[in-house]
Parts: sequence; C-alpha cells; structure tokens
Amino acid sequence: MSTMPLHTEFDSIEALGAALRQGKVSAVELADSALDAVQARSDLNAFLHVDAELTRAQAQTADALLSQGRGGSLTGIPIAHKDVFVTRGWRTTAASKMLADYTSPFDATVVSLLEQAGAVSLGKLNCDEFAMGSGNENSAFGPARNPWDADAVPGGSSGGSAAAVAAGLVMAATGTDTGGSVRQPAALCGVSGIKPTYGTVSRFGMVAFGSSLDQAGPLARHARDLLELLDPISAFDERDATSLPDCDGAANKPGRVRADFDAARSAQQGGKPLQGLRIGVPAEFFNEGLSPEVAQAVEAALQTYESLGARRVEVSLPRTKLSIPAYYVIAPAEASSNLSRYDGVRYGHRSASYGDLADMTSRSRAEGFGPEVLRRILVGTYVLCHGYYDAYYLQAQRIRRLIAQDFQQAFANHCDVIMGPVTPTVAKRIGENRDDPTADWLADVYTLGVSLAGLPAMSIPCGFSGSAKPLPIGLQLIGNYFREGQLLAIADRFQQATDWHQRKPEQQ
Amino acid sequence: MAITDQDVARIAHLARIALSPEDAEQTRQELNGILGLIEQLQAVDTRGVEPLAHPLSAHQDISLRLRDDKAAPGDESQRSALMANAPATAEGLFLVPTVIE
Repeated sequence: MSTMPLHTEFDSIEALGAALRQGKVSAVELADSALDAVQARSDLNAFLHVDAELTRAQAQTADALLSQGRGGSLTGIPIAHKDVFVTRGWRTTAASKMLADYTSPFDATVVSLLEQAGAVSLGKLNCDEFAMGSGNENSAFGPARNPWDADAVPGGSSGGSAAAVAAGLVMAATGTDTGGSVRQPAALCGVSGIKPTYGTVSRFGMVAFGSSLDQAGPLARHARDLLELLDPISAFDERDATSLPDCDGAANKPGRVRADFDAARSAQQGGKPLQGLRIGVPAEFFNEGLSPEVAQAVEAALQTYESLGARRVEVSLPRTKLSIPAYYVIAPAEASSNLSRYDGVRYGHRSASYGDLADMTSRSRAEGFGPEVLRRILVGTYVLCHGYYDAYYLQAQRIRRLIAQDFQQAFANHCDVIMGPVTPTVAKRIGENRDDPTADWLADVYTLGVSLAGLPAMSIPCGFSGSAKPLPIGLQLIGNYFREGQLLAIADRFQQATDWHQRKPEQQ
Repeated sequence: MAITDQDVARIAHLARIALSPEDAEQTRQELNGILGLIEQLQAVDTRGVEPLAHPLSAHQDISLRLRDDKAAPGDESQRSALMANAPATAEGLFLVPTVIE
C-alpha cells in the first residue's frame, strides 16, 4: 500500500502551478513522490521506461527557474509521454519488439514544447504496438491495466496514458489519436482527453501510423488541465508537412486555443450559461450496439447540459457505420507504407539468422512486429495492390469525403457541437475477443468518423457501470474545425456542474 | 472474391514479411474475414465524389509544403548519434549482407 503522490493533493494544474510558484512545494519533491508512486503501482504496467535521474534533472531545472521567478504555467508539473513520442534519454519503443532498444537522437516537437513550458516527465507510457489497438493488449511488453479494475483493459491505444492519469501517477499525459486512441482510453479510465483538429499539433517525432489521421492530444483529469497542455503544443511546425500555419485566419501558435476557450467561457453567463448552445445528437450513435448503461449515462449527461441552458437537436450522420470499413482500409494502407521503414538496416530489430538482404528484411519484420501490426501491414499492402487500389483505397477516400460532408451538414444547418457516446460498452476484460481480431474494430464505430474528417473531439467522464467494480463511461463532444477551445469550455461547464471527473479508483 | 494462397504469398512478399506455412494459412483466413468487412464499401454509390486524402481539404484549400532541397547541417557527433541505433555499422556505414559479389 503506497501513499498517493503529492500532486494529487491539488485539484488542477493551475492550483499546483500556483503552489510551485509560491514555493509551497518544489518540483523535486513532486517528482520524487511521483516516481515512488510509479514504482509502487508497477502492477498497472502503465510505464515502459522510467529513469529517475532524467526526471530529477528536469525537476531541478524547474526549481531553479521557479526560484528566479521565471516559472511558467507548466513549470514543475509532473507529466509523462506515450511511448510513440521520441525522446532523448528515455527509450522509445512504440511498445514494439521492433524498437525494443531504440533511443532517439532527438525529441519530438510535442516533447520539446512541453519541456520548454517546464513540465517534468516521469517517463514513457505503455500503449498498443505502434498505436494499433483499442485495449493496450497489443503491447509487446504486456497489457496495461485499468486502475478501476485490474482485470479490465484501460482502452487503447493510449492505455498507459489513461491508466497513469486515472491512478494519479501524473497530472496529465500525452497521447495520440488515429481512430480514437485518446478518446477511447480516456472514456474507459474515467479521465478527460482531447484530440485536436488534424494539423494543429506537430507530428514531428511521433512514430508514424496513419499519417492522414494521426494527431497528438493530451489526457488529464478535466478540461481545464487539458487546456494547460493543449495550448502550448498547438503550434505550427515546419518539420511536419501537414502542420497548419493558420487556423481559419488565426495563427497556429500558443494562445490560440486559450483565446477560443476564454471567449467561449465569457459568453457563458448566469444560471443558464449555455443558453443558445445547440447540441446535435446523432441518431446513429444510439443504435442497437450501444449498451443500456452507456446509453443511460450519456442521456443523463445530455439532460445536465439541457439544465445548463443548451438545446438538444437531432442530427444525422448516416454513414457512421461505413466509417469502420473506410478507416480499416485507409489506416492499414498508410501503416503499410509508414512501417516499410523498419528494414533491420538503419535501426530496429534484426533477425539473428538470415540469408540475403531480402531474407534479412523479411525475417526481421516477421520477428519484430506483433500479430496486429503484421495483420494491418498485410491488409494495407493488399488494398494498395495494383488492381485493388481503386476499388478499396480510393473508394474508402471517397467515402471519407462523404463522412466529412455529413459532419459539415450538421454543423452548418443544425448544431454547434455534437455529443454522444465514445464507446458502445465499458471496458472489456483483458483477453476478451482474443480469437476474433476484428471484434475490437467494430467497437470503434463512434470515434472513427471524427478521425476521418479531421475534426476535434474529446471524451469526459459522465458515469459508471453498475458492476461490482464500477467502470467509467465517457461522453464524446465533437466540435467543428479549430474549435478546441470552445469544446474545452463546454466540457468545463459540465465539470463545474458534476463530479464524475473527481472520482478516483480505490487502490487495489 | 476470396483471397487465395497465392495472394497471401504475393502480399507477404510485397510487404517483406516472412510467413511460415502455418502463418500463411492463418493470414489467409484472417484476410478473408477482414475483406468481408471492407467489402461493404463497394455497395456505396460514390460517382462524382473526389477522394479525400488530407482531411482538412474538406474545409479549406490545402497545399502541402515542400522543404528546400538542401542538406541539413550536421556533424560527426550527430552522425554517430543517428547510427547508434543501427544493428551493424562499420566506418560510418550501415552493414548489410553482400548484395553484389
């Protein structure tokens, strides 16, 4: 039995930051207590690499800045990174045997921006191998566990990130979302997470999976803390070809998301602060596959929003189900291309025995990649083959446009924000669905459309299952392009009125 | 249209993945299952719809930038840092099995 780390005594990054700046607590104290907690909770398997010396060095730098009165919003705040962000010092494995010994010569842009803002990293977090999966079971280093129930998955692919935040090991964590990999684990672990608009956060130094979909985003307890992480990392980066210089006329740089948040927040006044807000509820998100307990929790959350003045309107996203086949053509196609770089020559696993160069590459890849990654590479290779490219890949991209248009139809004519469930059910058991590789894919139905359209979306806690060990349920909020700040403000309003985000799992 | 043994062999070759006969058979079955899932796409009428590659091009004109075609400055220490992850190197070169006798 361990004590909770020092930072869990503070309700928010803002409060902890104030205590740090006032000298009531030091970054080194925080880091040490968090390092102890990480070690005490190794049962969660949330961390893949911890290096106390590196963490302490960052904390000492933070304390030096604080003592000079030069601390910023994140100076001394304990966080950790999903192990798909490359880091100097800490190993970067993408939870794959392929990269088991890889140490990057440079930091990802997200990592350096957060370090520049003063955040102290506790290390690297478990995830599905190359971010492919929805339960963290595809990690070459074993599954991470859900702090609410050790026999349940934490979700994925950012499962270690969600588990670490839920267990209170860090104030916040980075994640990546290709088809729901921030929102889904946030929902299943009872924390908050946001995937911003595609192109707003740099992907430089993020181990690539599906380049037209991959986007980084933070996980934390609540919307206010998400804002503290998202704002400094939303910035144009010339080293990422898809990074956007501006967002509907506003420069893509720190301060943009915060300004949008503040503007949305100041418009919310009085007893009905969300008066006039139109919440689009897609009928297709409440289909036969949705479990009654998730449906009930989401319904209750929508009623809370109505009590805050928002109005519910029905919208239609008629191609919701088609987002599954479209995504599972496009993402594997891009993965097969991106992962062709692992050839056993420049970095990564090399087989111990081989004949010629081609044999060396083929054996190294077969040994280095786990089953789900191999499956997706092979599917992707197939749909890109001569003769099938038009029928599968281009057809999927045409449907992708229709899916994006459906969202725009809803925003243009009916609503300001879309809400619904994140997942059809609460977290499954570890090992469930192991015989059917596509069973997990079908459960991504509510998150994939957003990723295909490149929209910002988040998950916030909105309830629990009725099981003996209650498992969290998430509410999904989907905004129009570049409205991360508005989304966070709407989520914050809910969290002022409810306490789901304050619930903490009992230590088991 | 079902995926055959020959298809699996071709895909595995293109993807440079060595599959044992047992793996190949399991892959064939799995790919056929997945094909059943993605086959639904064929039923959708997409005449006149342009493929969407960059999601934000649904919202605004997107032109991907190209960087200048020039070498980034680097030094020996960067070079050795970059090569430190390679399975086999010698004299600043990546070692692979003999390609040309």
